[in-house]
Amino acid sequence: MIVNWFRYASPVSFYPLAGRLARGFGALAAVFAAIGLWIGLVAAPTDATQGDAYRIIFIHVPAAWMAMIVYVAMALWSAVALGLNARLSAMMAQALAPTGALMAALALWSGAFWGRPTWGTYWAWDARMTSTLILLFLYLGVIALRQAIDDPRRADRACAVLALVGVVNVPIIYFSVQWWNTLHQGSSISLTAAPKMAMLMLAGLLVMTAAAWCYCIAASLTRVRAIIVERERGSGWVASLIDIGTSP
Amino acid sequence: MTSASRLSAAVAGISGVEPPSVGGAIVFALRRDLRVALRSRAELGVELLFYVIVVSLFPLAASPSRAVLSTLGPGVLWTSALLASLLALPRLFAADFADGTLEQMALARGPLAAYASGKMLAHWLTTGLPVAVLAPLLGAQYALDGVALALLAASLLIGTPILSLLGAIGAALTLGTRGGGSLLALLVLPLYAPVLIFGAGAVDAARAGLSAAPQLSLLAAGLLLAVVAVPFAVAAAVRIALD
Repeated sequence: MIVNWFRYASPVSFYPLAGRLARGFGALAAVFAAIGLWIGLVAAPTDATQGDAYRIIFIHVPAAWMAMIVYVAMALWSAVALGLNARLSAMMAQALAPTGALMAALALWSGAFWGRPTWGTYWAWDARMTSTLILLFLYLGVIALRQAIDDPRRADRACAVLALVGVVNVPIIYFSVQWWNTLHQGSSISLTAAPKMAMLMLAGLLVMTAAAWCYCIAASLTRVRAIIVERERGSGWVASLIDIGTSP
Repeated sequence: MTSASRLSAAVAGISGVEPPSVGGAIVFALRRDLRVALRSRAELGVELLFYVIVVSLFPLAASPSRAVLSTLGPGVLWTSALLASLLALPRLFAADFADGTLEQMALARGPLAAYASGKMLAHWLTTGLPVAVLAPLLGAQYALDGVALALLAASLLIGTPILSLLGAIGAALTLGTRGGGSLLALLVLPLYAPVLIFGAGAVDAARAGLSAAPQLSLLAAGLLLAVVAVPFAVAAAVRIALD
C-alpha cells in the first residue's frame, strides 16, 4: 500500500489522524504501565544490595531515556521545519518540548528519591545527574524563547535554531560532565553484554520503557492537536469543528 | 587613514560595486565594531570592572583563608568570566538591530556569516581578551601560584572566544523578544557549561600538579568547531530576527 505521507503535512488531514493515534498510544501506555508496574512492584524480586528502593528505576530509567530521546526528536522536527519550511513540523517540535522537560524533571526527581536511601544523599554533582539538569535547562530555554516571541512563525524558526544548537551540544555536555565527575553507577543494560540484572527486572524495565514511549507520543500528539486548533483558529475547518462541538 | 577615507571605505564595504570577499566583510565588520566600542570606552571599562567586582565578592562570601581561596579560585575566575561575557552580549547586535545597520548587513552582497564573524571577533577583543589579561592579576589574590596563573590566562585565551561565539547565537535569537537579558542567560549559560568545565579544569589540573594539556586541547578543539559552525547559525538567527 502506498501512503502519501505529505498528505499529513497539512494540519487539516493530520488533526484527525493525530487524534486517533493519541487515543491508541494513550491506551497502549495505560496497558504497558499497568503490566510494567505489576512486574516492577509485585513480581520482580527484591534487590540483594539495594533492597526495595531499586524499584524506582522502573520510573527513573525510562524517564531519563525519554528525556534524551524527546530532545533528539524535537531537534529532528526542528530540522525538518527549517529545511522544508513545514509548519506542522514546527508545531510537533513545540508540542514535544514540555513532554521532554517533564521527563527530565521526572528523572531528576525520582533519581533524588532513589539516591537518598542508596547513596545517602538526594543530590550529588554526578555526571549523568548534572547533564540531565543541563538538559532540563535546555528544554526550559526553548520553551521560554517561544513564550518571548509573539509571532508564532518567527518563534518556530528561532526555537528550531536553538534546538539544533542544543542537540549538537548535548553530547559535548554529556561527555564533558562525565569526564568531570562520575559517581553514578554504570549502565546496567547493554546491547553487547549479557544483562546484569534478573530477567524479571529487565522485563519490567522494558515494559515500562514501552509505556513511557507510548505516553510521550500520546501526550505530544494531544498537545499538537491543541496547538493546531489554537494556531488555525481563523480557518474554516477549525470553526466547523467548534460548530459541531465534537472532534473527529 | 583620515576619518573621511575610513568612512568611505566603510560605505564601500557594505554597499560597494564589487561584492566584498569573505575576508573583506570580516575585516569591515571587525573594524566598524571596534571603532564603535572604542568610542564608548566607559562602557568597556564598566564591563571589566564588573568582572573585578564579582571576583572580589567571593572571598567576602566564603573565607579569606588561602587554602579555601586557592581551591575556589579557578572556578570563581572562570564563572565570573562567563558572567562578564554574558553581560556584554546585548552590545553585540542590539544597537545595530535597532538602528537598521544589521538589516543593511543582511542585504549587503557580502555573506552575513562573515559580517557576524567580524562582530563576534570584535566582541571577543573588547571583552574576552581584557578578561584573560586581567585574570592572572586577580588570580594572584586567590593564592594561585605562577603555573596556575599562566594556565588561567591560557585557558581563558582559548575559552573566551567560544563564549563570544556561543553567546552570539543567543544574542541573535533574543533580538526583539520580550524578557531580554534574563532570557539570554537562560539560553546561553547551559551551553557554556563544557567551556567552564574544561577551562576551570585546566587550572585545577595545574594546581594538582597534573598536565593541563588534555583540557587545553579539548578547549582548542571546541574553539575550532565553534569557529567553523557558529557563524552560520548566527547568520540564520539574525535573518529570523529581521523577518
